[in-house]
Amino acid sequence: MAASSTVIQSPSGARGFNTELKVFGGMAALLIVLPLTGLVYPYFIMQALCFALFACAFNLLIGYVGLLSFGHAVFLGTAGYVSAHAARVWGLAPELAILLAVMAALGLGLAIGLLAIRRQGIYFAMTTLALSQMMYFVYLQAPFTHGEDGIQGVPQARLLGLIDLSKPLILYYSVLAIFLLAFLLIYRAINSPFGEILKAIRENEPRAISLGYKTDRYKLVAFVLSAGLAGLAGAVKVIVAQNASLTDVHWAMSGEVVLMTLVGGLGTIFGPVVGAFIITAMQQYLAGWGQWVQVAQGVIFVACVLAFRRGIVGEIAARLKIPL
Amino acid sequence: MWGKRLNFRVWIRGAALTRRFLAETTPSLALRERAAHQPSLPMFAINTSALFGQLLVGLINGSFYALLSLGLAVIFGLLNIINFAHGALFMMGAFCAYFLLNLAGVGYWGALVLTPVIVGAFGIFLERTMLHRLANLDHLYGLLLTFGLALIIQGLFQNYFGSSGLPYAIPPELTGAQNLGFMFLPNYRAWVVVLSAIVCFATWFAIEKTSLGALLRAATENPALVRAFGVNVPRMITLAYGFGVGLAGLAGVLAAPINQVRPLMGADLIIVVFAVVVIGGMGSILGSIVTGFALGVIEGLTKYIYPEASNTVVFVVMALVLMVKPAGLFGRAS
Repeated sequence: MAASSTVIQSPSGARGFNTELKVFGGMAALLIVLPLTGLVYPYFIMQALCFALFACAFNLLIGYVGLLSFGHAVFLGTAGYVSAHAARVWGLAPELAILLAVMAALGLGLAIGLLAIRRQGIYFAMTTLALSQMMYFVYLQAPFTHGEDGIQGVPQARLLGLIDLSKPLILYYSVLAIFLLAFLLIYRAINSPFGEILKAIRENEPRAISLGYKTDRYKLVAFVLSAGLAGLAGAVKVIVAQNASLTDVHWAMSGEVVLMTLVGGLGTIFGPVVGAFIITAMQQYLAGWGQWVQVAQGVIFVACVLAFRRGIVGEIAARLKIPL
Repeated sequence: MWGKRLNFRVWIRGAALTRRFLAETTPSLALRERAAHQPSLPMFAINTSALFGQLLVGLINGSFYALLSLGLAVIFGLLNIINFAHGALFMMGAFCAYFLLNLAGVGYWGALVLTPVIVGAFGIFLERTMLHRLANLDHLYGLLLTFGLALIIQGLFQNYFGSSGLPYAIPPELTGAQNLGFMFLPNYRAWVVVLSAIVCFATWFAIEKTSLGALLRAATENPALVRAFGVNVPRMITLAYGFGVGLAGLAGVLAAPINQVRPLMGADLIIVVFAVVVIGGMGSILGSIVTGFALGVIEGLTKYIYPEASNTVVFVVMALVLMVKPAGLFGRAS
């Protein structure tokens, strides 16, 4: 086990690491400056950042373990409800509400993961979708979620007792800090010995088993980690938007995160971020067009699958021959 | 533009149909009200007419689960993809019957024959233009493509018809009900259950007992070998997709007079059908039929015993089956 990192060569060598670091630096700098330019509404970037984190968490599964979870919205929505309830009804501080929400997402991830990893491929996707739909019906009927109305008026209190989240710019930089830290955590996980084993499972699971790895355990850990990060995204999103609703648990949201990742590039590190910004922007600007947004999303899905499977970042990376 | 004009005509016609629909269903509403005014029964007493009523509803839902999961199983066998557009195509079947009636004057019986052909032809078009390009890729791409198609189809119908339902009347030959002594059995509902069972059985027979079915099963196991025998496997795959989708269209026509014709009528149903497929496993045709009917009945029973859980019971059963028999009740371990 300990020798795994030397046995399996990392595909991204020192050069890849440097490029990725530069791109990460560029992304962070851009996101720090962006709200100060006044070109983009900070609320929009915060929303996009939450979706970006959600998509990165999802990409950890599909891109690096090869597991398509079609019910990932359940973690986003569950954490959203927990953090909204904790902050509004119990009056917990934001950091505690977020922590509690992430714990809830981790627990739910463990329960769903234990069931879902018993099946592979398409069955895995259908199982996760079905279990998330079950939770949707639970939340639809549970009294604390307030059904169709959702939990409104979630307070933006002081983070750690110091940082006043009700000020837009302070809220923005707090969200950005959480996003960048979570992004680095995912990056670290992917490039660790653990991440190499995940990639080995993606490439050839029977072979990984024959090498002595208990692949089910690795898949479960990856699933729980992904669920927890999706929960973090959901908890932060609720504090930004100040409400938690059924939309975040619905299967359409699970479909959206698949689309974001697909557009950006499955299995690329920066792809989900790019995809999340594109899809969020599309929804923002096409908001008045009713169901045409859904049609447009469907068309993008079809176009990506038929002609553009590497996604935007994947395509750029292939052209420039660098890992991204 | 034509959409708006159509909407208006539909609206006028819809109002008339709604009135007729209400007139037909009013007696049952009155019955239900009378039941509500009866002194409440103790928990353990069995209200037979309510129990059998829910079982019948369960059997109807089971018919749709069976028809849809059977179509999914046929498609999965040959194309190795899960057809996410199945719910949208089911909805198209219901709309097709509605259009045939309101634009072409073709009634229920004509729609019952024509709709599966039309929806099946649309499915063949989808397979020829898009799905067959994914044959050599990871099967998950098929799921993503058909998910995109479902979004497009449902989005388009929602744009033109909103989210509310359009009425479709029960054919005059099948209105009314039989008094079975312990309950009233509406003729149309009996017809849906019987016809679905016949279609499912015929499909099972064609696949498991005929020479054409033998070729189909062989192509499922080893397409390259079957091609070497001179069989046109790509055409077989196309036709299988058309057939599976045609079954969804047929289910749509059957559902039109029961549920109203709505753009989202298939969207939530398909997820339950996925759970049914996970429970049964797609290894066997008979398995998917039996599982479909059985889960409908279980759902109906739950509606009687503990209505709050009726939406979730299929998923709970799925979780239990995954714990005990991960390959599904009729599936082969792989």
